[in-house]
Amino acid sequence: MSTHSVADAAYIVAALLFVLSLAGLSKHETAKQGIVFGISGMVIALAATIGVATEHARTVAVVLLVVAIVVGAGIGLWRARVVEMTGMPELIALLHSFVGLAAALVGWDGYYSVEHNSGQREFAGSLLRIHHAEVFIGVFIGAVTLTGSIVANLKLSARINSSPLMLPGKNYINLGALAAFVVLTVFFVHSPNLPLLIAVTAVALALGWHLVASIGGGDMPVVVSMLNSYSGWAAAASGFLLDNNLLIVTGALVGSSGAYLSYIMCQAMNRSFISVIAGGFGVEAGPADDTDYGEHREIDAVGAAELLRDASSVVITPGYGMAVAQAQYPVAELTKKLRERGVDVRFGIHPVAGRLPGHMNVLLAEAKVPYDIVLEMDEINDDLADTDVVLVIGANDTVNPAATEDPDSPIAGMPVLRVWEARDVIVFKRSMAVGYAGVQNPLFFRDNSQMLFGDAKARVEDILVALSTQPDQLRGRGRTLDPVG
Amino acid sequence: MLIGVVNESQDETRVAATPKTARQLQGLGYDVVVEAGAGERSSFTDDAYAEAGATIGDPWAADVVFKVNAPTTEEIARLHDGAILVSLLAPALNPELLDALAARPITALAMDAVPRISRAQSLDVLSSMANIAGYRAVVEAAHVFGRFFTGQVTAAGKVPPAKVLVAGAGVAGLAAIGAASSLGAIVRATDPRPEVADQVRSLGGEFLAVEAEQKASSDGYARATSEDYDRRAAEIYSEQAADVDIVITTALIPGRPAPKLLSAEQVATMKPGSVIVDMAAAQGGNVEGSVAGEVVTTGNGVTIIGYTDLAGRLPAQASQLYGTNLVNLMKLLTPDKDGKVVLDLDDVVQRGITVVRDGEKLWPPPPVQVSATPAAAPGPAAELKPAKAPRPAWVKFAAVGVGIVVLWLISALAPPPIPEHFTVLMLAVVIGYYVIGKVHHALHTPLMSVTNAISGIIVVGAMLQIGIQGSGDDTVVIVLSAVAILLASINIFGGFAVTRRMLSMFTRE
Repeated sequence: MSTHSVADAAYIVAALLFVLSLAGLSKHETAKQGIVFGISGMVIALAATIGVATEHARTVAVVLLVVAIVVGAGIGLWRARVVEMTGMPELIALLHSFVGLAAALVGWDGYYSVEHNSGQREFAGSLLRIHHAEVFIGVFIGAVTLTGSIVANLKLSARINSSPLMLPGKNYINLGALAAFVVLTVFFVHSPNLPLLIAVTAVALALGWHLVASIGGGDMPVVVSMLNSYSGWAAAASGFLLDNNLLIVTGALVGSSGAYLSYIMCQAMNRSFISVIAGGFGVEAGPADDTDYGEHREIDAVGAAELLRDASSVVITPGYGMAVAQAQYPVAELTKKLRERGVDVRFGIHPVAGRLPGHMNVLLAEAKVPYDIVLEMDEINDDLADTDVVLVIGANDTVNPAATEDPDSPIAGMPVLRVWEARDVIVFKRSMAVGYAGVQNPLFFRDNSQMLFGDAKARVEDILVALSTQPDQLRGRGRTLDPVG
Repeated sequence: MLIGVVNESQDETRVAATPKTARQLQGLGYDVVVEAGAGERSSFTDDAYAEAGATIGDPWAADVVFKVNAPTTEEIARLHDGAILVSLLAPALNPELLDALAARPITALAMDAVPRISRAQSLDVLSSMANIAGYRAVVEAAHVFGRFFTGQVTAAGKVPPAKVLVAGAGVAGLAAIGAASSLGAIVRATDPRPEVADQVRSLGGEFLAVEAEQKASSDGYARATSEDYDRRAAEIYSEQAADVDIVITTALIPGRPAPKLLSAEQVATMKPGSVIVDMAAAQGGNVEGSVAGEVVTTGNGVTIIGYTDLAGRLPAQASQLYGTNLVNLMKLLTPDKDGKVVLDLDDVVQRGITVVRDGEKLWPPPPVQVSATPAAAPGPAAELKPAKAPRPAWVKFAAVGVGIVVLWLISALAPPPIPEHFTVLMLAVVIGYYVIGKVHHALHTPLMSVTNAISGIIVVGAMLQIGIQGSGDDTVVIVLSAVAILLASINIFGGFAVTRRMLSMFTRE
C-alpha cells in the first residue's frame, strides 16, 4: 500500500463526501449536516494530498506550502467573519476569481514542469500533445474566470458602473476571442512555447473582462452563477491535466451546480442563457415608453401604518433595493410587530431578486425572519389575490404587470409576482425612475397601488413608529373620557 | 385660510368633516370652524371637534365652506364674497341652482362632478357614497325580507338560500353583491358593460351577460343602452323576477333620468314577500311603482324600498368617507400645504368640479377621456404572448446525437487515461445536476458559497505540483504553486466559514 494508493482511496471518499454535502443543502434541516460532510471531505483530501506532496519535497517547498495554507486560512476566516450579508455577492465573486487564478497558475505550472522541462520522461507521443491541450484549456478557463469575477466583483460593489458596456460588435469580439483560442491551441499543440501561452492568457483575460463588462447589474445573479460554473470547469480541467479524479469530480459538481443555477435564473427571467451573455438588455425599450400610464398616488408612512393595522394578511416582496438600503432589520422588526398583532405576514421572493441566487433569503435570515414564512414566487403567487396589503420593497421588474399583460414589453413573458391582484399595494421606492430593465412599471399607476417615496430603511422605520404610537393616542383619549380608567 | 363646516338640515344625517378629517385639514395649514351640533347626527360631538383642534362657531364666515347637500337660496346669500363652496351640487340636474350660485362672486366646487380617472378616485364622492349605499341597500332588504339570506340544513329542515339580483354592477352594485354574498345569498348581477363580469365574480356573484352589441364605456360610467340590448335585458329581467327573492337596482346614467328596468307586470310576477330596493328612486326609479323616499307594498306582497338616503343611514361612516374625500380635494388644492387654496383650471380634475368661479358659470366642463380604461381591460394574458415555436423534436435529437458522437470519438481516439477521465467527468456532471436540482431555492446562496469552498479543491493540484517539482529545482513552479495554494486556501476556509455563518442564521419558529 503506497502513499499514492492511500491518497487515491482518500480522494474517492472525499468525492463522495462532497456529493453528500451538496445533497444535504436540499433542505434547511439537513443543511448544517451538509457542511460537516463538506468540511470532512476537504480535510481528508488535504491530509492525503499533503502526505503525498511532502513525501519527496524539498524543505523550502514544504515550508512554503504550510505558510501558504496558514496565511490563506487566516485571510479566508477573517473575510468570512467580517463580511456583511448584503456584501455576499461581492465576496462570492471575489472567491471565484481566486479559483480562476489558482487554476490558471496550475496550468502555467503544468507548462513549466512538462513542456518547458525538456528532461521530463513522464509523457510521450500523443499523451504529450494531449497534455499541451490540457494546459491551454486549463489556463484559458482559469483566466476567463479570473477577470470575469473581478469585473463582477467591481460591479457588485459599485466601484465601477454596473451598466452594460456596449462595444460595437461585442458578440463578434467574444466569438473572435474563442476562435483565437482554438487557433492558438492548434499551434501550441504543434509546438509549445512561452509566447503562445502568454498570448492565450492575454486573450482569456480580455475575454473574461469583456464578457462580464457587457452584462448589466440586474443580470448579475446569472453572471455570478455562471462564474461559479466556470470556476468548477477550471478545476475539472486541472484534474485532466494532473490526472486527478478528485479534481474532476469536484470540478464537475461545482460546474454543473453553477450551470443549473444560471439555468434557473434565466428561466425566471424568461430569457435564454445566450441572450443574457450577449448582454445589452433593455436598450430597445424606448418605443413602448410614451404610453400615458396616468398618474401615481402617494401615501405617507402614517397612512401605510393604518393600512397595515387594518390588514389581516400582508405579503412583503423584497428586491435588490432592500439590500441596498440595508432595510432587512426594520423589515424583520415590522414583520414581528405585525405577527404579534395576529396579522399573517409572509414574504414572496422572486428567483432573481437581489444580485445572487437566494440573496434575499440570506438577508432575511440574517435579520431573523423565520424561514418558513419566506416563500418562493410559485408558492405565493396564487395567494396574492386574497392578500390585503402587499409591500413592495425595492423591487421593480419582478412585480411588473407588463410582463404578463403587454406582449410588446421587453420583459413580456417573464414570470413575475402578481402583486397587483392584492387589495392594496404599497411600493417603496426612491423615485419614479425605471427599473433595471429600463421598462416603465404600470403597477405604480394602478388604482390599488400607492407609492411611498424615500429610503426604504427610513420609511419602514417611520411605519414602525407610526404603528407603535397611534394605539397609545387612542388609549390616551379613552382615559380623558373615562376618568376612572 | 378658514374652513367652515356647516350643520346640515335636520333630514341630512351626514356632516362634511369629522374630528379626524378636521385634524387632517389643519395638517394642510387650514383653521377649521364647525357649526354647533354639526356632527351630532353622525355621533360626533362638538367636544370631539374641539379636541381635534377645531373651533365651534359660524361656518358661513369662513373662506371655504364645506357642505354635504346643495345650499338653499338663503344659505347662498350667507356666503361672503370670494368664498369657496364645496358641496354635492348635481350641476347637471340643477340649472337654477347654478344660476343662483353664479349670481354671487363666489366659487363653487361640485363634489359629485369629479371626473372618473384613477388619480381623482380619492376624491370621488359618488363612489364612496355609492359603496355605503350599496351595502345599506342589502341591509334594508334583509330587514324587510322575512327570511334568511343564507341556506341552512338544520334538524328542523332545510332552509334554501335567498336569491338576489343586482341590476348594475357599478360601485353601489358591487358593494351590494359583496354584502349579499357574504350574508350567504345566491347573487346574480346584470350590467351593460361586459368588462365588469370579472369584478362581479370576484365578489362571489354570478354575471348574467346580455348577448347584444354594446359600446365599451369610455368615461367609466354606464351609458344609455341600445334597443336590441333593452329587449334582451327585459327578457332576462322577466325570467329573473319570477325566480329571485330580492332585487336591488342601481342603474343610473349621469345627468339623465334613471332607466326603467322592471315593469309593473314583472314586479307582479315576483313571489309574495320579495323585496325590491330601488337605489335610483331619487332619479325617477328603475322600478315601476317605486316612490322616492318611501316603502311601498304592492298588491302581491312585494315590498319596494325607495329610500334616497341610503348612504346617510350609515352617517358616521358616510361622513368619514365624505370628509376624507374633501381632505383629498384640499390636498390637491393646497400644493404647498400652507393653508392657501390654489385653483388650477388646467388640471382636468379641478376644472371638472369647478362649476362656478368668481360668479362665472363654468359648467359643463370639457369632456375627459379616461386614459386608464382601455389599458385596464386587457384581454386574457395567455393569448397575448405569441408562444415561441417549440423547436421540432428532431433538432433536439440531432443535437444530443452530435454530442454523443463527439464524446464517442474523443473517447475512442484518445489514449488512456483520457476515456477514464471522461467517464468520471460525465458521471459527476449527472450526479451534480440531480443533486443541485433538489436544493431549496432559499439555500442557493449557501449552495454557491459551499461550491465555492469545494472548488478550492484546486489546491490539491497546486500541492501535487509543489510536491513533485519540489524535488527538482524549478523555482518558478514552486512560487506559482505557493501562490495558487494561498488563494485556494482562502477559498476553502473562507467559503466553509461563511456558509456556516449563513446557515446558522436560518431559523424557524
